[in-house]
Amino acid sequence: MEVNKDLILRVAKNARLMLTSEEAEEFVPEFKEILEAFSVLNELDLGKGELSMHPLPLRNALREDIPEPSLSREEILSNTKHKKDGYFLGPKAL
Amino acid sequence: MKIKEFLVELKSGSVDSVEHTEKVLEEVEKINKEFKYLNVISEELARECAVKLKSKPSGKLAGLPISLKDAICLKGVDSSAGSFMLKKYKPLFHATVVERALKEGAIPLGKTSQDEFGFGGFSTNVGLGFKVPLNPFDKKRVTGGSSGGAAGLAQKLPLHVAFGESTGGSIVNPASFCSVFGLCPTYGRVSRYGLIDYANSLDKIGPLSRDVYGAALVLEVIAGWDKKDSTSLNVPGELYTSYLEKDVKGLKIGMIKEAFGFGIDPDVERKVREAAGRLEQRGCKIVDVSLPLSVKYGIPAYYLLGTSEASTNLAKLCGMRYGLEEDLKGDFNEYFTAVRSHGFGKEAKRRIMLGTFARMSGFRDAYYLKAMKVRTKIIEEYKRVFKTVDVLISPTVPILPPRIEDVSKLSIVQNYMIDVLTVGPNLAGLPHANVPVGFANSLPVGMMIIADHLKEGSLFQVAKEFQ
Repeated sequence: MEVNKDLILRVAKNARLMLTSEEAEEFVPEFKEILEAFSVLNELDLGKGELSMHPLPLRNALREDIPEPSLSREEILSNTKHKKDGYFLGPKAL
Repeated sequence: MKIKEFLVELKSGSVDSVEHTEKVLEEVEKINKEFKYLNVISEELARECAVKLKSKPSGKLAGLPISLKDAICLKGVDSSAGSFMLKKYKPLFHATVVERALKEGAIPLGKTSQDEFGFGGFSTNVGLGFKVPLNPFDKKRVTGGSSGGAAGLAQKLPLHVAFGESTGGSIVNPASFCSVFGLCPTYGRVSRYGLIDYANSLDKIGPLSRDVYGAALVLEVIAGWDKKDSTSLNVPGELYTSYLEKDVKGLKIGMIKEAFGFGIDPDVERKVREAAGRLEQRGCKIVDVSLPLSVKYGIPAYYLLGTSEASTNLAKLCGMRYGLEEDLKGDFNEYFTAVRSHGFGKEAKRRIMLGTFARMSGFRDAYYLKAMKVRTKIIEEYKRVFKTVDVLISPTVPILPPRIEDVSKLSIVQNYMIDVLTVGPNLAGLPHANVPVGFANSLPVGMMIIADHLKEGSLFQVAKEFQ
């Protein structure tokens, strides 16, 4: 895999980040340095080794699906200026 | 005066909660002007809490000033996780740790500075418009990170406990650079509800203080299951302060061999070996142990997992509902992209990019999944070692606190390597603590103690030897 400006721009697009041409160029050597250093993992023979998503095994910890008191609509909308008729107002979806 | 005596005096009425809080707020203002440890001072809330205690001081922490890393939500007070993206965000609820501390009478002083979202080991990666905290022993040097403001304030304000947060070493690292005790509990021991997250499978909240008793008491209050955090462990907390009475005689302590390689500063090595000698004199048995996987492969595994989780966590920050907003221009992709590009700082963008890359189709097996397999191996390595020793020790950070200007000259990987000794216990979710073990060239040196899952008590037992 070659780390180049195209790859950086593809990653940025997926991450919903807009990079200037200079920023994208700066990321190329940085990504190369990081991935080169991380390639040390290739020394390990991990085969079908187990994946750890968490450091400790977690049991099914979901609570019963019973409604509980929650914040009011006004409170929920208090941190945004983009609202209308008690709803969040977002950008165009279509 | 120490925290234990202070709490007794406050309860007996010989210290007035309101007068004391006023004095502390004045002091904090002064400290902050010089050292930049707080993004926000929550004067109003502090006064309100102090007044409530005046007539009847009750609760385990009655009158004790606490501070909160900016990423820990304090209802109605700006909680930004050090990011421009969340500047002026006022949470509608307290984090569970705050809820529990306030119920026990703690006085919240404000929100401490940090690397943006916790993305750093020096607290120099603060978001746009935030200030870099300065080392309490030399203002040209870093506090360490990412809970840099917490550690600095813990050093300058002894009758206080700071609440920090660690993902890959963000409690013990700044505790080491600022010469305070700092403890990161077992993953899940303390609820993460109300913590602005960096990486869900790695984040932990823990106390920092010059006074080990204060930290132990705070952990007693905040530990324990929380129905609002499905990853919190359903295991009752312990009476951690009781471990401060326990003798260390007979404890078997493993010195991590590999931690003394990797270009360690000879002064750091000398101080930590002296500290180990002190434990030996107190009747501990010191043995060499080897943890080759953790020290060699911890950094890539941690950064791949941490950034993968961060890149999905931060997807919710897009200019809607809360945080930075702009005029609603363009379609949703254009709008989200514009807001995120303006709101995130350089390191935040880098980590989002790295995490997005590691999870992308075609790279996922080679990076994200592989890192999770390495994590399993690292956990197994620690578990094997804990069959033969009670706790492990090593330097917390291999170097003395560097100058701020020198940090800016480091390459990205050199920057990440500051976490080389701390990522292991963080990946494995093991409780670990920093204890100050002296000074070299007038700069603090810290030793890290690591214990097996849920054995926070042993950390206090050993740490009290260095009070």
